[in-house]
Amino acid sequence: MNRLATVILRDLRLALRQGSDSLMVVGFFVLTVTLFPFGLGPESNLLERTAAGILWVTALLASMLSLDRLFQGDYEDGSLELLTLTPTALEILVIGKIAAHWLTTALPMLLAAPVLALLLHLHEDAFLALMLTLLLGTPTLSLIGAMGAALVLGARRGGVLLSLLILPLYVPVLIFSVGAVDAAAQGLPVHGHLLILGGLLLAALPLAPLATVAALRQAVE
Amino acid sequence: MSFANSAAFRADQLSCRRGDRLIFQGLDFSMPPGGALLLLGRNGSGKSSLLRLLAGLLKPASGQLFWGDQALANEREAHAGRLHYLGHQDAVKPVLTVEENLLFWARLHDPATPPERIALALDTFNLKLLAQTPGKLLSAGQTRRLALARLLAARAPLWLLDEPSVGLDHDSLGRLEQALAEHRAAGGLVALSTHAEIALPGAEVLQMGDFAPTAEQVMGVWM
Repeated sequence: MNRLATVILRDLRLALRQGSDSLMVVGFFVLTVTLFPFGLGPESNLLERTAAGILWVTALLASMLSLDRLFQGDYEDGSLELLTLTPTALEILVIGKIAAHWLTTALPMLLAAPVLALLLHLHEDAFLALMLTLLLGTPTLSLIGAMGAALVLGARRGGVLLSLLILPLYVPVLIFSVGAVDAAAQGLPVHGHLLILGGLLLAALPLAPLATVAALRQAVE
Repeated sequence: MSFANSAAFRADQLSCRRGDRLIFQGLDFSMPPGGALLLLGRNGSGKSSLLRLLAGLLKPASGQLFWGDQALANEREAHAGRLHYLGHQDAVKPVLTVEENLLFWARLHDPATPPERIALALDTFNLKLLAQTPGKLLSAGQTRRLALARLLAARAPLWLLDEPSVGLDHDSLGRLEQALAEHRAAGGLVALSTHAEIALPGAEVLQMGDFAPTAEQVMGVWM
C-alpha cells in the first residue's frame, strides 16, 4: 500500500513539473469541443441533440493523446526494469501509474466538461448524468489504455498503432455513456446505463493491470 | 551491520537464448556470502544477459538458479527483494532532484527506509552538495554516482552490476571499490561485469568466452 502511494506521488510530481502533458490533453479537449458549434452552426436544437456524443468522442480522443507517454518515459530511461524488480506485485505499481495518469489527464477534463456542456446547449437535466458517466467511464478508459500503452512499447510509430488497438475497445464505454446522457435529457431513468458502466469499470480494474503487466514484462525482456 | 537474509547464490548449467541465437550454455558458478563474481568477455559474449538472468528479468533457456537451497523459479518478488540491479541506464528522472530520485527507489524497495540511509548513500558517493540539484543538470558521471547510491539507500544482499565504472572518475571509482568491500564484509554478494580495472579481491572470474556455443550450434542446419 505504501508503494502504491509512492508511485502515485512520484508520477504526480513528474506530471506537475513537466506540466505540458496534462495541459495539452485538457487544451485539446476544450479546443476541439469549441470547434463543433462553428462547424455545425449555432442551431441550438442540433447542438443539444449531439452534445453528449461530441463531448464523449472528444474525451476519448483526448485521453488517447497522452497514453503513449504512460510507460514510454520509464521504458527509455531504464526505470521500467527497476519497477519490475520491486519486491511487490507489479500490478500494484501499474495501478498506481494508471491512477496518477487519470488524476492528471481525466480529472482536468472532468472539471472542464460542465462549461463545455453549457456551450453545446446540453439539456439541463442531463448535466448530472454527463458528470456521472465521465466519473465512471474515464477510469475504464485509462485502464484499457494502459494495456495498449504497454503493448506498443518499443514499437516505431507506437501512437498510431495504439489508437488502432485501443479505440475499438472504447466503444462499449462510449455507447453506454452517451446512452445515459440521452436518456437523462429525455427524462428517462439512467441507472441501468450507469450500472453497466460501473460493471465495465469493475471488470477492467483487475483484468487490465494483469494484461498490462504481462505486456510490460515482455517489453523489458 | 551484516545481512540476515544472505545466502549462497549458485547457478547450475545455465544457458541463455535471445531470439534464435544461443548466447551461452552450460554455465555454472557458486558464490558464498561475501563472495564476488567477475564477468569478463568481449562485447556480445553475454555478460549483460547473464546479469539480467540473475536478476530475474530474463528466463534461462535451461538450467537453474539457487539461493541457498531454494531453487529460484516462481518466487519473483522474494528474489527482487534481495537484489539490486544496475544496468546500462541510470533510471534518473530529469525533473526530480537527486534526493527525490534516490528516495523514490529506496522507498519502493523498502518502504521503511530511514532518512539516515539516504544521507549515508548520498555521502558515500559524494552527492551531498548536489542533493537538491535536478537530474537534468547532472553530468554523466554524477548520474552514474546517483545510480550507485541506490545500492546503499535500501539494503539488499545481492548486487548485480553491469559495467558500474562507466563514466566514473578516479575518486569515485575508489568510493565504489570501498562500498563493494564493505558490502562483502557484511556478507553481501556481488556479481559485476567490467572492461575496466575494478579491485575485487578474491573474486571468482568467469570468462564468458568459455561458455560460448560451438559454431555448429550457432549455425545449426546451415553448416
